[in-house]
Amino acid sequence: MRPSRREFLIGSAGIGMASALPLESASATPAMLEEAIRNVIGEANLQTGKITLEVPPLVENGNTVPVTIIVDSPMSEAEHVKAIHVFNEKNPQPHVISITLGPRAGKARIATRIKLADTQRIAGIAEMSDGSFWTGEASVIVTIAACVEDVK
Amino acid sequence: MARTLINVPTTAKRGDVIEIKTLISHPMESGYRVGTNGTMIPRDIIRQFVCTYNGEDVFRAELSPAIAANPFISFFTVATESGTITFEWRGDNGFAASETAPITVE
Repeated sequence: MRPSRREFLIGSAGIGMASALPLESASATPAMLEEAIRNVIGEANLQTGKITLEVPPLVENGNTVPVTIIVDSPMSEAEHVKAIHVFNEKNPQPHVISITLGPRAGKARIATRIKLADTQRIAGIAEMSDGSFWTGEASVIVTIAACVEDVK
Repeated sequence: MARTLINVPTTAKRGDVIEIKTLISHPMESGYRVGTNGTMIPRDIIRQFVCTYNGEDVFRAELSPAIAANPFISFFTVATESGTITFEWRGDNGFAASETAPITVE
């Protein structure tokens, strides 16, 4: 029996949905971001502040997005930043970079370039020498995505 | 050997906080892209970057596929004594590269 136009349309919509689903699961979700952050900080209390992520608010090319991470700390032997972690919300994996540093750094300011698959939030976590964790966020609008595009 | 570009001041005053900029040529293939024949391109990234100052660790970074191709990392350190600053990158498929830069501290 030939399917009617209506049946055909319903069927093809289903195929469309099915092929869209694997793409959805290929990106991290805000829940995965929370989980990745929990894996790093454990049960510790996460406070907002001290860490700043400098990212352009709008980037044309998600393949190279300049990011500068600045943590407000005197970087002395008694009070310094032990580690910095950066996470994102919608790339295939939530983890971006983990940095270990100490009083030898002099200044907690790190710059790098990252890939972003979508318009999203990125979060930075700073672990201080006194065991406290601080977080900061930045939102980026990405017009050309990275990471998951196919090679033509 | 991958091409690297390192920027370290050649001279510094003792106790100065100096900026170090590093760049290395590497595709940082994320492992999430589909190639021309429909198969996934396997992951090939640099996973670790370490900077040592006269043998002492001053900076360490664990990279993930979300770092852009040709990883650029810039950071700061205190110029404590004359000597060499060593940079090491390690990654998938046995990738390893290292570079040194001399520094004179007055």
